Amino acid sequence: MSSGEKYVAAAYLVVLVGVLAYVLIIATKLARLEREVGELAELAKRRKAESRG
Amino acid sequence: MSSPNSRLPALAALALGLVAAATALVFFFAPLDADQGLSQKIFYFHVPIALTAYACFGWGAWKALLHLWKREPGADLESYVAIHQGVIFGALTLLTGSIWARASWGVWWTWSSNQLVLFLVLFLFYCAYFMLRFSVDPGPQRANFSAVYALFGVALIPVSFLAIRLASDFIHPTVFTSAGPQMSAKMFFTFCVCLAAMLSLAATLNAVELSGKRLDARLRELREALA
Repeated sequence: MSSGEKYVAAAYLVVLVGVLAYVLIIATKLARLEREVGELAELAKRRKAESRG
Repeated sequence: MSSPNSRLPALAALALGLVAAATALVFFFAPLDADQGLSQKIFYFHVPIALTAYACFGWGAWKALLHLWKREPGADLESYVAIHQGVIFGALTLLTGSIWARASWGVWWTWSSNQLVLFLVLFLFYCAYFMLRFSVDPGPQRANFSAVYALFGVALIPVSFLAIRLASDFIHPTVFTSAGPQMSAKMFFTFCVCLAAMLSLAATLNAVELSGKRLDARLRELREALA
């Protein structure tokens, strides 16, 4: 691999890694939101059961 | 009228298609540069990423203006997300630019180029935006401070953009002059597709992040209501 090829590959790899890192961060946040939605759904179910009982 | 979320899959598909097309055009359609050879291929992603960073900062400033001027609901959050995107694209500009500088000039960075230094100043200015924003408690005061800061920053964009034309060293190449783009038609077409790809990628990431932030805020409201 020539030095020009190495630099071009490095530049494109930086962009790819940057975008993938961003997607990873967003995916982590989405997982947290999903967990919170589950917790709130459980809380709402308990409240409903308490109001009936 | 369709909601922003219903447009997201179409936007993401457009971004994916354009990024794939741009990559194929760069390596299989655009001719090799006679002067720089293969390393000139970095130009096709480096310059569109820089222009996308400017667009994100400009969009963030526009939303900041709408927040201050018309008190548009959600404009503060939209401004914050756009500036966040701008900082990410700004970091990618600096990294790809540094690699291109090493390939073309033999150095990772040069302080003698006004274009590079002014872009770094713009990038650091917007990095400081987050320090200001998160040092103030959430509320109208934080939104106002952030909006004013975002508006000040936008003044740096034309300075950074025009610096290359005002610079006396000319180490950084000037491709777009008053006589038009200084490249072949094939190269210019590839550049335009790359620019469209980066802008659509930024728009998609912006929509995804904004959607997540709005969902987070709604969940907080729901948690408070249920507490």
